[in-house]
Amino acid sequence: MSTLTAERTTAAPATGTKSPKRRLRGEAKLHPLVWVFVVAVMGFSLIPFYWLVNTSLKKGASLSQGELFPSQPTLENYLVVFQNPEFLLALRNSVIIAVVTTTVALVFASFAAYALARLKMRRKGMILTLILSVTTFPAIAIAAPMFSIWREIGLYDTLLGLIIPKLTFALPLAIYTLTSFFKEIPRELEESAYMDGATPFKAFRKVILPLAVPGLATTAILVFISVWNEFLLAVTLTTSPEARPVPVAIAFFSGTSEFDQPLGTISAASVIITVPLVILVLLCQKRIVSGMTAGAVKG
Amino acid sequence: MATKTIAPSAPPSAPPSAPRTNARDRAERRLAFRMTAPSLILMALVAAVPIGYAIWLSLNQYSVRTAGLSRFVGLDNYIAALTSQEWWAAFGQTFTFAAFSVTLELILGTAMALLLNLAFKGRAVLRTVVLLPYAIITVVSAITWQTMFQPNLGLVTNVLSTLGLPGGDVVWLGEHGYAMAVIVMADVWKTTPFAALIILAGLQVISAETYEAAELDGASKWQTFLHITLPLLRPAIVLAAIFRTMDALRVFDLPFVLTRGANGTESMSMLAYTQLRENRLVGEGSALSILTFLTVMVVSVIYIRFGGGNIRDVAKEEQ
Repeated sequence: MSTLTAERTTAAPATGTKSPKRRLRGEAKLHPLVWVFVVAVMGFSLIPFYWLVNTSLKKGASLSQGELFPSQPTLENYLVVFQNPEFLLALRNSVIIAVVTTTVALVFASFAAYALARLKMRRKGMILTLILSVTTFPAIAIAAPMFSIWREIGLYDTLLGLIIPKLTFALPLAIYTLTSFFKEIPRELEESAYMDGATPFKAFRKVILPLAVPGLATTAILVFISVWNEFLLAVTLTTSPEARPVPVAIAFFSGTSEFDQPLGTISAASVIITVPLVILVLLCQKRIVSGMTAGAVKG
Repeated sequence: MATKTIAPSAPPSAPPSAPRTNARDRAERRLAFRMTAPSLILMALVAAVPIGYAIWLSLNQYSVRTAGLSRFVGLDNYIAALTSQEWWAAFGQTFTFAAFSVTLELILGTAMALLLNLAFKGRAVLRTVVLLPYAIITVVSAITWQTMFQPNLGLVTNVLSTLGLPGGDVVWLGEHGYAMAVIVMADVWKTTPFAALIILAGLQVISAETYEAAELDGASKWQTFLHITLPLLRPAIVLAAIFRTMDALRVFDLPFVLTRGANGTESMSMLAYTQLRENRLVGEGSALSILTFLTVMVVSVIYIRFGGGNIRDVAKEEQ
């Protein structure tokens, strides 16, 4: 708790979040102990990344050595990954699944969230609680029956067979996040639209929706990341490379031969799919932070 | 839309006077219903129907050899599960994992949030760095920590043996306790940013005046933290705890990739998966997944009842 040594009142809110009561009053001098802590946190966050990259550049004998820097760095593992047709298929599958699921969830959610955020409605609290509780469902409780149903009707091991159950979790996440974004839009704007004779639906379409574009984008990013990351449904409901998304493909990744230590190749594949997500986080970090904490804390 | 034919009954609280606003109210409620109905129907189809079907499956026994052959066995699958050693082992291991990972995440997350709430050069960099593990898919987080703890190759194992500390020559994923420690590490690494951001949001709504008043009263920094910051931060910490616990109790990816459930790391979800997919025991697997579901639901109800009123307040506020 060494952070307490710093001037608390000078603390400013992180960019992107509102905090009208606090203002930046210049930067504080930090206690040396706090710096130690800052460096420790950075190390904890970054060193594992470095080690993953380090491992991905090793091959053969050096894979069983813990060199801090690979003595003979090689990109061979990356070549192996890119020449692996199953990995490329998995990338395609993941993109299709994530894009379709996110789009469908967002379309449905934007209507529901508007009603929940703005319109008069009975049992609103109950509906919101119900939606929120679905996000805590263990995926295995959906995966087990879906496994049986899909095998009966032929959706087992298909992309559509993955998109549908993934909506179970994508839709409530989208509704919950969007509802808190819609609530932040000032009411006056709709009221002036009503004055001009607009119906509530017209106010939604012409006034709220255009203003909510940043919130929609944020929600899309969060839903996309969560669908991309999801593993249990994906591993239960697929069996062939034609339907397997990236997380499953990586989990079942094996080396080029029986005798190859596959950890180098697996690490390379992990780096490849992590880079786009890291770029996404770097570009959209303000959005991601505001989305993750949307509605979490009422001021 | 089919909903047009359904006339919504007037709400009992509607004032009998002012017929114009009343009409507008009714129109608004009708619109709200139409806008939420598609989502609710879709959610019923993808959440309620499967869970209902899972309950049905769990009450039957399915032949492994002949497809489509089944018989109703009532609660037999549940009794078998609840009297089995595997279920209670998975139950205990899941709660052990949740207890360790969530506790570490809350402590580290609070510390990170306090850091991120300070004004200093490099805070923006720190925030970006802290957020990075969040972008990692869980499977990759598992692989990353596998490389960290791999015998000979791993950074942690090498540092430990160089320093002559215990653990350097241990095959971490191959031993009880150690394997769980790696899984907890991988989870803490990936999800502490989430806890930190929720707690940071809570920290930022505490007004500067509160602290100024405490300072005037001569409170020390430590006293201020203990008696002002922490109590005011409680709702945010409880919220982070709820989200993280619900997630931790569903843990699957990490043990799947790191140990396939060996060495005392099999979680409830993993056990159900193994029975269902590997052993093809549909009835037993469904019963286990319903038991997992019930366990998570019971914990969430306990949390909301006793943990903090804020979730209920949010729900009430909506009404």
